[in-house]
Amino acid sequence: MHPERALVPRIGIGGPVGSGKTALVAALCRTLAGTTAIGVVTNDIYTTEDADFLRRAGVLPDERIRAVQTGACPHTAIRDDISANLDAVEALEADHPGLDLILVESGGDNLTATFSYGLVHRQIFVIDVAGGDKVPRKGGPGVTRSDLLVINKTDLAPLVGADLSVMARDAAAVRDGRPVLFTSLVTDPGAAEVAAWVRGAVPA
Amino acid sequence: MNALLLLLLDSRAPAGAQHHSGAMEAAVMAGLVTDLTGVENFCRTRLRTSARVAAAFAAAACYGAERPGFSALAAELDAEFEARTPSEATRTASRQLGGGLIRLARSVLKGADLDLGAAPHHPLALGAVVSRAGGGPELAARAAALAACAGPASAAVRLLGLDPFAVHAMLARLAPGIDECAADAARCAGQPPAALPADGAPALDLLPDYHLTAEVRLFAS
Repeated sequence: MHPERALVPRIGIGGPVGSGKTALVAALCRTLAGTTAIGVVTNDIYTTEDADFLRRAGVLPDERIRAVQTGACPHTAIRDDISANLDAVEALEADHPGLDLILVESGGDNLTATFSYGLVHRQIFVIDVAGGDKVPRKGGPGVTRSDLLVINKTDLAPLVGADLSVMARDAAAVRDGRPVLFTSLVTDPGAAEVAAWVRGAVPA
Repeated sequence: MNALLLLLLDSRAPAGAQHHSGAMEAAVMAGLVTDLTGVENFCRTRLRTSARVAAAFAAAACYGAERPGFSALAAELDAEFEARTPSEATRTASRQLGGGLIRLARSVLKGADLDLGAAPHHPLALGAVVSRAGGGPELAARAAALAACAGPASAAVRLLGLDPFAVHAMLARLAPGIDECAADAARCAGQPPAALPADGAPALDLLPDYHLTAEVRLFAS
């Protein structure tokens, strides 16, 4: 079902490999589970470790997770041909009629991979400081057009020589006022600010 | 072929095809396909077996969709196709592909009632969509047979790092066989569903269920 006619709000979470998408999903589940019934669609290489990771968050039962195999084309599955992801979202909606929110996690891809708004209502793009503080300047549609840009792993910034002020300045320059949040799931395991943004994006 | 048919049958059409390898990933995992020759042998096996069945059912559905009483015929074709598809994983994949095409058709062919439900087997969906877009049984069969070869071949490019030009040249060598398969299938159109071909290959029936046991897989089937 196209988002315009969909009942359950859907938020896409995309970004490069290893930037912390699955960890952010787990953090959001941990923080929001008390008030929000969440379902999750994962894309691409989804191992039992990933499932364990979400299960250990203690708030997401297996039956509320659906895995999509993208045929080695993670960007196609969230943007150009969203049919398999729509199937997964609709199956979650049909099996769990009380859901308040569905998170669609993309496979790890590159800076050009963004979600179609035929699949999600809002999208978060996750990069991390260890990928280099030049990433916001490189831009790409994930950095420039996502509804929320999350710059993760700020606790690593001193170790990798990343200048957070440079990242903040460059991101602000290309995002036309759209929000940017810095996170460290080590110091803030609940991703409080991102969770607050998600709450604001989901109608009460 | 009109532009609408070309559009619907284009591999870029958003119908979910790239999620499926037609058992190629399982064959690669099992070490049965390692190079271009292996891919060609795999495709030729499909062309003699599952592609022949898919083509016949697509032709039969296309023929029936142009005529009254298609709902009843579609139910019969569905049951006969199930009986010819012993792998549960293949049956699931076929319905996912059929459902993807129906989802696309509902957006593109406004008002078209395809009489097939939300997730029919792929050859039935293909036959009905081709009919509604102005094509005939032989074209539906050709599209089914081509997809049965081109899908796994494209997956092999991604899984084995093969030269895509060499793979397309290999598919072109299969083209006369694909046309022949389609012409045979078109002659089945209008026959009772139980009389349609029932060719199969044990490996193609076993690999898809083996595939589902892998912890890491890139393709849905």
